[in-house]
Amino acid sequence: MATTADAFQAHADDHAHDHADHKPGFFARWFMSTNHKDIGTLYLIFAIIAGIVGGAISGIMRMELAEPGIQYLTWWAELMAGTGDIDTALHMWNVFITAHGLIMVFFMVMPAMIGGFGNWFVPLMIGAPDMAFPRMNNVSFWLTVAGFLSLIFSLFVPGGTGPGAGTGWTVYAPLSTSGSVGPAVDFAIFSLHLAGAGSILGATNFITTIFNMRAPGMTLHKMPLFVWSVLVTAFLLLLALPVLAAAITMLLTDRNFGTTFFDPAGGGDPVLYQHLFWFFGHPEVYIMILPGFGMISQIVATFSRKPVFGYLGMAYAMVAIGVVGFVVWAHHMYTTGLDVNTKMYFTAATMVIAVPTGVKIFSWIATMWGGSIEFKSPLVWALGFIFLFTVGGVTGVYLANGGIDDVVHDTYFVVAHFHYVLSMGAVFSLFAGFYYWFPKMSGRMHSELLAHLHFWGFFIGVNVIFFPQHFLGLNGMPRRIPDYPAAFEYWNNISSIGYEIMAASMLLFFANLIYAFTVGKKAPANPWGEGATTLEWTLSSPPPFHQFETLPVIEDHHDYHDHRQDGPQTTTV
Amino acid sequence: MPVKRDNMSSIQSLAAHRGAFRIFAALFAALVLAFGFQAAYAQSTLESGDLVAPVPAVTPPAALEQIDPAVAADVADPDAVVAGADSYSPMAPVEGKGMPSDGLLDIQDQFSEDGRFAYDLHIGLVWMMTLISVFVLALLLYVVVRFNRKANPVPSKTTHNTLIEVVWTVVPVLILVAIAIPSIGLLARQYEVPGEDAITIKATGYQWYWGYSYPDNGEFEIISNMLDEEEALARGEPGQLAVDNRLVVPAGVPIRLQVTAADVIHSFAVPSLWFKLDAVPGRLNERLLEIEEPGVYYGQCSELCGARHAYMPIAVEALPMNEWRAWVRAQGGTFPEDEAAAAEAEASLPPLQGPESAVPGAPGAGAAPTEDTSPTT
Repeated sequence: MATTADAFQAHADDHAHDHADHKPGFFARWFMSTNHKDIGTLYLIFAIIAGIVGGAISGIMRMELAEPGIQYLTWWAELMAGTGDIDTALHMWNVFITAHGLIMVFFMVMPAMIGGFGNWFVPLMIGAPDMAFPRMNNVSFWLTVAGFLSLIFSLFVPGGTGPGAGTGWTVYAPLSTSGSVGPAVDFAIFSLHLAGAGSILGATNFITTIFNMRAPGMTLHKMPLFVWSVLVTAFLLLLALPVLAAAITMLLTDRNFGTTFFDPAGGGDPVLYQHLFWFFGHPEVYIMILPGFGMISQIVATFSRKPVFGYLGMAYAMVAIGVVGFVVWAHHMYTTGLDVNTKMYFTAATMVIAVPTGVKIFSWIATMWGGSIEFKSPLVWALGFIFLFTVGGVTGVYLANGGIDDVVHDTYFVVAHFHYVLSMGAVFSLFAGFYYWFPKMSGRMHSELLAHLHFWGFFIGVNVIFFPQHFLGLNGMPRRIPDYPAAFEYWNNISSIGYEIMAASMLLFFANLIYAFTVGKKAPANPWGEGATTLEWTLSSPPPFHQFETLPVIEDHHDYHDHRQDGPQTTTV
Repeated sequence: MPVKRDNMSSIQSLAAHRGAFRIFAALFAALVLAFGFQAAYAQSTLESGDLVAPVPAVTPPAALEQIDPAVAADVADPDAVVAGADSYSPMAPVEGKGMPSDGLLDIQDQFSEDGRFAYDLHIGLVWMMTLISVFVLALLLYVVVRFNRKANPVPSKTTHNTLIEVVWTVVPVLILVAIAIPSIGLLARQYEVPGEDAITIKATGYQWYWGYSYPDNGEFEIISNMLDEEEALARGEPGQLAVDNRLVVPAGVPIRLQVTAADVIHSFAVPSLWFKLDAVPGRLNERLLEIEEPGVYYGQCSELCGARHAYMPIAVEALPMNEWRAWVRAQGGTFPEDEAAAAEAEASLPPLQGPESAVPGAPGAGAAPTEDTSPTT
């Protein structure tokens, strides 16, 4: 199907005797893997497990918040610390919010997006046989697992008035230094070190792969937008994570070696930690959403049977979001006592991000405009993404205003906002990508019916959870509290009902996996029809253990997106 | 709309026609967005303008009833208040004023001038958010109905349209500029430096209670702990918001509220006054606060500060000036004009955190009100 690049003709013979599906034994294959598809699968399985843990913790939190008073935390304190003491129970709450945040950010969304889909489809989409550094790829994955284990371990050692780190995912000093006695916070910090190191290695791997291993003819401006999104994300990881590593290392030395980086008694400043953390933390939110943007672009184009509208604008909008994302961090710190000029700058700079984001939203709609849309499950999730991400985006513009933030900062309005862009934005794109590529990865078709039911349950559930939280936040309910004044009961109760709807829909997701692996039909190479124009659809489902031993050639007459040898040619207007 | 596909020229002309229509429709929608927001904002400003008249410092009847007759009698002569000082009793809160209400959809009513200005901007932004979300939803629904596989079996191949791309870049920029102008204005108002005559009050966050000291009035400190639920309800106050000793301040005059912390970061927040300022160890943050009318205004610590973070509420009680003076006397506080009694002692003492920056021409005049007292920065 693909012509052989002249330059690689010689190598084609070397591989001729080598069976393409020569797989190693079980242990060597899954524990010492150097195959990008196997590592991608490992990342996805890991992310699903972490997602179950993180999602279960949010279930505990919504149960506790369903009504005022302390209902379940005492029981958890008994279980984890053997004492039903009120301060231990309240500490358990802080442990839950910390674990939920860290797990969902570092061990669910990031591994699924970059580790899972990035590993699986970047090499396939650019026509490469594997990642540039296959063994380092394996190291990245196992560092992430080690980080997760370190975080889980922290739950069982003292961290203040009970076991576990109760600092919030932001680990602000001095609560995380002098405010938390015991080794739990050290283990949580170590967990971030390990996950961060894994991500930095992964980022270098992706950058090297994308810059050096594209198939002949696949120029940067012909790469699929998902590859573009992973490239931009990899740069964000490479530049942001070392800053986090530095900040949390300073926390460690403040905690254990008598330094005073963040302790005013020794000339330090707690706000310095916040600057360092958010210099990482703001790009981090784009790290979590950019690969989702890429996936949505692929899916919308595929099911509209139409090339992406404004390809270059879409690619450079992501670059712009990445660049501007580095100079807006202090909008997370409006109430820390910034001076007025700083606050004005960060207000203006933050709002600028709405422009490239708007370009993306409108370009997705324009891609569908004039298309011939087929409502397969990935597209339905993508439509949900576009709308809900817009809602999260406009509340972001609202929060960008430093003067307005004075009333909603650290309230449930913020919780609602970032769950609309993450729990709905990032997670909807993950499910869209999952249903889009599941047949390719597994070789089996999932049930479209279950996938649609999963969508509707999840869509209704998360909206019932998070939309009322806007009202709670406007009304003044602070974040991160296990108990609240009676005036917040009504919407909290509804929010907790939403969690049950969402959780029920997740059962359909797992039922769908069981369905696919037991009675699901065998997936063809391309189950999505002529709209699926990227290279992964030219391979069998699942792809051979080693692919593209002779490289495909992307010829000049092909447009940005259609990388198939015999694909229809499109002209640009 | 079904189109016969055997007549190429008519399809092309139709497509060209539709293309032009699309551009105009998009432009129109974009303009509606850009100016609809402005109009909505202008209207909300007007409405609030109308509201200004009834709001100002008329003590609501409920609050008046609570004023102790003994204190009221002393009002005419502030210095005679000492006699009735111990008759202070905490003001009863008014339901729905200065506190959250169950099922409420919006921000609490505002009782400061900046708060009402910010509230108008908030309403404008809510309109902006609603219009944009509805606009995107409408486009999605239109696309779903008009361009599904049944309605439109043959996809177009359009991938570029410079004009529309310019439009959807420029129009959001205009919308953002329309937001930024009042938003920057709000920031400027919030950072107005308190005048020389502003009363300085300092709030300190501790794990897990607040300390309020009055540097202009003899440095006495009030320790404020949450009341337990039954006690609060018995006193007719909302549970988990009521405290044993409130932050008592004068209404209708500028207050220089300084916020700091002794252990970890806390945050002093009162939603109905549009006030939130982090209490950071080693820093002294300050902000002008002017409460328009007497009342009780509740808030909660708004930065995660450890186990009992949920249980360190804030209750601000704004009193008419005379009553506040009486309260200060009752706490053993003094006033700068008490010179007759303390002239010699005053002279030997360092000034009480004088508002140097507020003096015109002083070195720090006009600087940001945030002061960083940590040694390194």
